[in-house]
Amino acid sequence: MFDLSFTLNDIFAFIWPVIPFIGVAALLVFVVIFLVLMERKVLAWLTIRKGPNRVGPGGWLQTFADAIKLLFKEDIMSSETNKILFTLAPIVVFAPVMVIYGLMPFTEHLVAINLAVGLFLVFALSSLTTVGIVLAGWSSNNKYSLLGGMRSAAQAISYEIPLVIAVLSIAVLAGSLNMIDIVKAQGGGIFTWNMWPAFIGFIVLFICCIAEVNRIPFDLPEAESELVSGYNTEYSGMKFALFFLAEYAAMFIISVLIVTLFLGGYTSPLGFYLTQIPALIHIEQAFWLVAKVYTIIFTIIWIRATLPRLRADQLMAFSWKFLLPMALGNLVIVSVIKFLGQL
Amino acid sequence: MYIQGYWILVAFIGFSVAFACAALVMSWIVQPKAPGKFKEKTYECGMQPFGDSRIQFDVKYYLYALLFLIFDIEAVFLFPWAVVYNKLGLFALVEALIFIGILVIGLVYAWKKDALKWE
Repeated sequence: MFDLSFTLNDIFAFIWPVIPFIGVAALLVFVVIFLVLMERKVLAWLTIRKGPNRVGPGGWLQTFADAIKLLFKEDIMSSETNKILFTLAPIVVFAPVMVIYGLMPFTEHLVAINLAVGLFLVFALSSLTTVGIVLAGWSSNNKYSLLGGMRSAAQAISYEIPLVIAVLSIAVLAGSLNMIDIVKAQGGGIFTWNMWPAFIGFIVLFICCIAEVNRIPFDLPEAESELVSGYNTEYSGMKFALFFLAEYAAMFIISVLIVTLFLGGYTSPLGFYLTQIPALIHIEQAFWLVAKVYTIIFTIIWIRATLPRLRADQLMAFSWKFLLPMALGNLVIVSVIKFLGQL
Repeated sequence: MYIQGYWILVAFIGFSVAFACAALVMSWIVQPKAPGKFKEKTYECGMQPFGDSRIQFDVKYYLYALLFLIFDIEAVFLFPWAVVYNKLGLFALVEALIFIGILVIGLVYAWKKDALKWE
């Protein structure tokens, strides 16, 4: 009747489809826990403070303590809120970020969803996060939240345009929207990176990415001196934790995006791999990616410690009057370079 | 080959939503529940909240939204062009330059009309 003798292969075939999901979830949570600690420590060093140093050796367990605290906090909901939308908003903000983790190539084979339109989907999903933020701002029925939500929407749509146009130049260079193809097109070491032909695009994308994740100097949606905490003022407990998780997860994945599109992704900057054994090459690819990504993340934290916040009108003018013409010019330059290269 | 991938995408969206819901449900089970009259008030820096926040909103936000629509659709049109650019050669380059040129004229027009001014 039933054959109960499992072989190892049967068990493997059963577990195999689940692995990408568990892997992405574990990666996201691990990355965020480490990133929050890293940001607090680096900021502390940059401003000559000690940073978290009480929980665990050297403060290493601080984020775990914070996460457990948030889990056990009471979830306070004001009687004025729209309860359904208020609960829905953190889910709408968080879920797209997690799907983007699945779309990113961490090594040549370590990509959960490998699609022909991968790059396009990344931007389709990242725009959804804005909907969640507006939803949170409006449903809170709080003036600070509403202002924060609307500002966030205005900012996100303004910086989305130069961002997407800067990315178009990458599609021209690689001739594909598949993330693996884009990385492979720049696999020949540091001089084949897309950063060189599309240098203006690289700068534009970097600035826009910082704006898209609402970080200093573009953190007007949560300007604490005027808007308390912006769109998440009314949130507490786990719902707040989801916003927090999504914000830091987005910061990491946007650095992966910058590295993948402009800095050669998981490939070695030397043009060849130091290890020649197939199994080790994967580890080396992951190493290069992590090294590049944390360089970008460190720069983003450094910028936070250095620059003041922009004014709202400066913020909008900078995007529409400077970044957008730059991005369009970059697209023209790159397509001309590509055309001349084919002759 | 790629059609297979879209089911994984749908599964991933489902999994991500489930992950967020699971976090909320887990917290809902373990959290203390002690509602109070003052906890239910909207936060307004300790003052008595006055009025509702469902108010009329400044038209400038909609102006930007309109501009966003125009340029985002431009970007969507340019994506297929960018993918096949290698195969089309000079024709694709000239076409795209004309297309981008028209949009630059649109941007200059909006700029001169002060539609990009934030007050």
